[in-house]
Order: sequence, then C-alpha cells, then structure tokens
Amino acid sequence: MTELDWRPAATLQAIKERADLQASIRAFFRRRGVLEVETPILARAGVTDLHVHNLSTRLSGPGMPEPTTLFLQTSPEYAMKRLLAAGSGPIFQLCKVFRDDEISRRHNPEFTMLEWYRPGYDDYQLMQELDELMQELLSTEPAEQITYQHAFLDIVGIDPFASNAQGKLLDYLSANGYDGVVTAADSLDTVLQLVMSVIIEPRIGQERPCYVTHFPASQAALAKLDPADTRMSRRFELFFRGLELANGFWELTDAALQAERFHADNQQRLANGLQPQPIDEQLLAALAAGMPECAGVAVGVDRLLMLKLGAASIAETLCFPIDRC
Amino acid sequence: MANYSTNEFKAGLKIMQDGEPCAILENEMVKPGKGQAFNRVRIRKLLSGKVVEKTFKSGDSVEGADVVDVELAYLYSDGEFWHFMNNETFEQLAADDAAVGDNKKWLVEQDVCTLTLWNGKPINVAPPNFVELEITETDPGLKGDTAGTGGKPATLSTGAVVRVPLFVQIGEVIKVDTRSGEYVSRVK
Repeated sequence: MTELDWRPAATLQAIKERADLQASIRAFFRRRGVLEVETPILARAGVTDLHVHNLSTRLSGPGMPEPTTLFLQTSPEYAMKRLLAAGSGPIFQLCKVFRDDEISRRHNPEFTMLEWYRPGYDDYQLMQELDELMQELLSTEPAEQITYQHAFLDIVGIDPFASNAQGKLLDYLSANGYDGVVTAADSLDTVLQLVMSVIIEPRIGQERPCYVTHFPASQAALAKLDPADTRMSRRFELFFRGLELANGFWELTDAALQAERFHADNQQRLANGLQPQPIDEQLLAALAAGMPECAGVAVGVDRLLMLKLGAASIAETLCFPIDRC
Repeated sequence: MANYSTNEFKAGLKIMQDGEPCAILENEMVKPGKGQAFNRVRIRKLLSGKVVEKTFKSGDSVEGADVVDVELAYLYSDGEFWHFMNNETFEQLAADDAAVGDNKKWLVEQDVCTLTLWNGKPINVAPPNFVELEITETDPGLKGDTAGTGGKPATLSTGAVVRVPLFVQIGEVIKVDTRSGEYVSRVK
C-alpha cells in the first residue's frame, strides 16, 4: 500500500454487473416470498470459530464511561437467527461482512454476503433452491453433489473417517509435494483442510457447480449432526471453477448443544494460543426460546461476480478493494 | 538470522528452504471459509536458480536467509577466483566459479557489479547491464555492407561471442547488453 491510487479497481462494466446481480438476487427472493431484512453490522459478541477472525471497533456514548468493544459481523447469521426465533418466517439479507487476516486473490477483508434462511427446509431442499438461483444468475448447469467422504475416496483414495486417516493423508501429502506442510502434531481437521484446499477443490466443480455435503462432525460449525451417521454433519459447501461459493447448514436448533460447541471452540482457541471470544448469549437465548427447524446458507456475492465477469481476482469486482479503501 | 512468519511473506523476502537460500517471488493465501489458511508461495532457489512452489501452514515460521546485494568493482581473475573490491572501503572479496557462472564473460576491470552474498559469501555476480569490450576475432567480412543482414559472430576479449554487423572489425570496442547478450553499438 505504498502508492495510493484514487481510481476504482473495477471497470464501469463490472460496477453495472454488480448492480444487475444484486437486483436479480432481490427479484428472485421477492418472487418466492422471502423477506429482505437488515441486521446490524456491529455486535456485542463475535464468533468463536478457530479460523474466522472478527474485526472490532470501540463505541462511546451516554452511560459508557469506558468505550465498549463491538465486533464487526463475519456473517449476519446470529442476528438473522434471532429474527427466525421471533417468527420472521423465511428471510434473506445482502450485506457487508468483515474478516480479519483474509487478503488474497479470492479474499477481501470486507465483502458482500448473501445469506438466507428457510424454516421447514432441510439442507437438501436449500441446496435445490441455491442451485435454482445459480442457474438464474450464472446460467450454470444443474449442480452435482458428492459427500465429503466420497470426495476423499474418489480423488485421494483415503476414507477421512477411517481410524488411520491422518497417517495415510500425511503420507499422501508427502508423496505429492506437500511434505512437512502439516505434521502428526496438527489436528486431523487441519490435515483434512489442506487436502481439501490443494488436492480436492481444484478437481471438483469445474464443468458445473458441485456441492460437497456431510462435512465431518468436527467441522459442523452450526449444523446438525447427521442422525443417520453422527460422524458427519449436515453442513454443505458449494464449489465452482476453483471458488468456494457457499456454506450452508441444516441448522442446529438446540441451545445447549450450541453452547457446548462455542465453549469447545474457545477451549481449542486457548490450546492454539488464540484469544477466547465472548459467546453470543443473545443467540443462545433465541435458540432456547425456540428457533424453528430450518436450513440456511451464506453465499459470497463478490465471487459470483468474479464468475460472471471471468475475473481472476476479487479486486476486479470491487470499486475500492482493501489496498484502495 | 531471524525467522519470518508467513504473515511477513512478500515478494523479495529471502528465506531458507532445503538448506538453500531462496527468494520469494509470489505469495498467495489459500483459505477455506471455515478452515485453516495456507500460504502457497513461488520461490527461486538462489544457488540452483530453480523456481519451485511451496506450501506453508499460515502462522508457521521459516528461517530467514542472510542474503544481501552489494556493489563491487571487478579487479581481476587468478583463474580460480574472481576478485572484487568495495570502492569506498577498499575491502576485497573473491567469488568462485559457481558464483560467477556464465557471467564471467561480461566482467570488465573496474566495472561495478552486483554481488549477492549469502552469509557474507558471494553466490551470484551480476554484471552491469551494458559493458564495453574489444573484438579480438571476427571474419573481415564484406566491405560496404551496412544493412546488417544478420551479421557475423565476433569473439570479444573476455571470450564472449556476440553477433555483430558485418562492418565491425577486429580491434574495435563495442557496447553489449549483458542481459540479452546482444550488440548495441560501436564505441568511439
């Protein structure tokens, strides 16, 4: 950031394509009776995720002798779930979200997210709806689906749920040019995430979008475990042409289980030398009050635009990416 | 030498890999939305010149390489070593054949070269972009040809061979671009 450039990084064409894309998204949900909502960017609590880091700011005001730390949302999920618990029915939101320490060709620390929730849906019904949206926005072929386990079995030849998975995956990585990147001292999830990122992702969803379903229970985040096999969760992701486009859950509605996961995250944060995060008690209270059974998904809008424009970098989709903000 | 965290990675940073000093050419983060980030890095190995890709877990540290560039004047060669001097401190340094490599043919006494030092030892010698050398051997060629129809080979005082126009003769000094090895002009 030595030479500051005042001009936009995106072409006027890209700026217009973004306007069209967002208008199409809003029209899609309006037709389907999904209510557009707006929740705050600032929140008292951040996220406990091990690999998602909040930006924060400080608020001063009446009755605040000391400034209060507020977190910029990494996704509107917690606030939208409070609306669901309050009886909002199906809702969607297009908003800015913020993630610290994420800058790359595919990442801008401030980006646009489309997130929606469907009471009464499970993950499969929601994947169907996202697929219809993808076809409408990007004229894609119908998406294919593969379970996390089968993606590993088909591409790497190793069952990620086998008891000796970690050793086998480390051997595989060593033999394929990734010697020493991760070791036996790393968690199985870290090893799985490396294989997913560098081996599997480049090989799926090239012709048509590809859902990876049934992420391991240890990576469930806010998804239910699969009642048929609790080694797995009902979390899915959507990949297309080398981009991770969406992450969705058949949502966990159990407040006690959710609280356990937040506390487990914070334990893991401590073990990894990270600061534990305040837990969102308002979300837990909403779950305890009763959030309807539902599925929800978050989609990276800038990445959709990258695909629409054929852009190699997210910066091409943004008026002023982080190095020009 | 200090260690560098992946957060400090950027083009130009010098790190140790496989016992060899390397320069980072490109650094790209790969990160699943909810997963561990990794850095995919393209590096040039400074001894072999090879360009390779390496992946690091973000947050890991890598040993830095003590690599610096210095500007030194070329003095002479004793056949085994090529001797250089710092024109301000008069300190001298000797580079071996592996460090000088093919560039030995562009070394002109008193020319200031860029030496890359690893732990104080030269590992690369880069000559100036342009050097002036005398032609010691070339075909007398045809008189009156000025169109430069491909030219002819000429051997220079250092042993370098470059293509020159037909009108250039033995004993003349010419200017050569060391990056391309191409003739630029005659020097009066």
